[in-house]
Amino acid sequence: MIALLIRDLRLSIRAGGGFGLGLAFFLIVTVLVPFGVGPEGALLARIAPGILWVGALLACLLSLDRVFQLDFEDGTLDLLATSPIPMEGLVMMKALAHWLTTGLPLVLAAPVFGMLMQLEGPGLWWLFVTLALGTPALSMIGTFGAALTVGLKRGGLLLSLLVLPLYVPTLIFGAEAARRGAAGVEAATPLLLMAGITAGSVALIPFAAAAAIRINLR
Amino acid sequence: MSLSSRMNKFWEFANPVKFMAWTGKVLPWVAGAAAVALGTGLIWGFFFTPEAEGFGSTVKIIYVHVPAATMAINIWAMMLVASLIWLVRRHHVSALAARAAAAVGLTMTVIALITGMIWGEPMWGTWWAWDPRLTSFLVLFLFYLGYMALWAAVENPDTAADLTSVLCIVGSVFAVLSRYAVNFWNQGLHQGASLSLDKEEHVADVFWQPLVISLVGFGLLFVALLLMRTRTEIRRRRIHALEMRERMIDA
Amino acid sequence: MPELGKYATAVVSAWGVSLAALAVLIGLSWVQSRRARRELEAAEARLRSRKEAKNGRDD
Repeated sequence: MIALLIRDLRLSIRAGGGFGLGLAFFLIVTVLVPFGVGPEGALLARIAPGILWVGALLACLLSLDRVFQLDFEDGTLDLLATSPIPMEGLVMMKALAHWLTTGLPLVLAAPVFGMLMQLEGPGLWWLFVTLALGTPALSMIGTFGAALTVGLKRGGLLLSLLVLPLYVPTLIFGAEAARRGAAGVEAATPLLLMAGITAGSVALIPFAAAAAIRINLR
Repeated sequence: MSLSSRMNKFWEFANPVKFMAWTGKVLPWVAGAAAVALGTGLIWGFFFTPEAEGFGSTVKIIYVHVPAATMAINIWAMMLVASLIWLVRRHHVSALAARAAAAVGLTMTVIALITGMIWGEPMWGTWWAWDPRLTSFLVLFLFYLGYMALWAAVENPDTAADLTSVLCIVGSVFAVLSRYAVNFWNQGLHQGASLSLDKEEHVADVFWQPLVISLVGFGLLFVALLLMRTRTEIRRRRIHALEMRERMIDA
Repeated sequence: MPELGKYATAVVSAWGVSLAALAVLIGLSWVQSRRARRELEAAEARLRSRKEAKNGRDD
């Protein structure tokens, strides 16, 4: 399974692999928002946690349709399905690869982008923590969406439509925790709830995603 | 099993045939009952109820808003059950019924949203407020849309049935999570639960009676539409099977 | 028409939208049902006539 993970990581870093695309998109969103709402510092600082969470979420979406596509098209997925590795494990490795190449860079970059949006120390820290705990859920749920649409030719848009409503709870709790943390208020409840969603997703979604892959490989 | 005998099995397989037979007989009665209940409830509610304190004549909106909202949720629940039955027992009628129900559920959600907004404007002073219930229905709208879009996007009917069933199940979990998340996110402007069956102090009898009849009417309307639309889905499936067979004969 | 007072537009438009949406849903479902029935009968008739033609040739 580790070999699979390394292979996916290597594939995505190669030219044309899409690595860095999510990060670039995240940066663009961060730059565009002040142009859209005006440069007033207090306003930017107040909306920063939410905007950055939405930006990270959308950036995650971008690379989701690649998760299974290449392997599906060249038949590798069929081969992997017959290997002794359980499909659930394969799905988890794919989600992990997605998080390492898309989610994790966003988490690391977020505090820097937060500074662009006038966030101060505690806000930057809470943004980092909430995204660190929440982006794995986004990768896992997104991988489920990718598994559903892998057989479709131009499934990217449908993938977004299916996945975005599923992202709502994580977004609400994550952004709320980041907001409260930035304001210096008690943020434990939303943080724990979001962490719970991440834990639950990572534990249970692989089964649903594996079922979807098996259905699509028939 | 050869392709043609597999196709025979779908149609000869007891379920769709029996389903078409009994629903053909029952449908006119259900439709009639729906018309009576709906007509009674709506006419009573619109013409023969008083105004309410604090609401004025807008209280009359409950006769369309509340039943639509109730059905929007219940229809999703029915789709969940039908999806589970399909995945476990492989009854084709179940999968097709889930698909048939979705359009009705979507319409109910839209009605609930629009009547909710129209009601909110004079009451809250704004066309849209991110009140938990309205927001939850907006999210539910997106769930319905995604479900219907996935059915439409996948070519093979059985694959589509399987994928949309999995989506419905996962979606249901997240829909419930969303409900709690949205409540957490905003305490909201909606009246507290005024519809519990044992709490008369919240909605007076004079409004309650026509409301219940409207609820029943909407429920019967759903059943009638469900039967009609599932019959359509079964016919379409049969046409698909026949076309496949024709192509095989030509080949 | 009951006395709707100042909320007349709200009540009438809410009811109007609801009834219109239901009418569209019912109408569409009805039309789709008729069309499916027609197409099924046509497809079955085509299949029957091809079978008969085939049987006729085999005799």
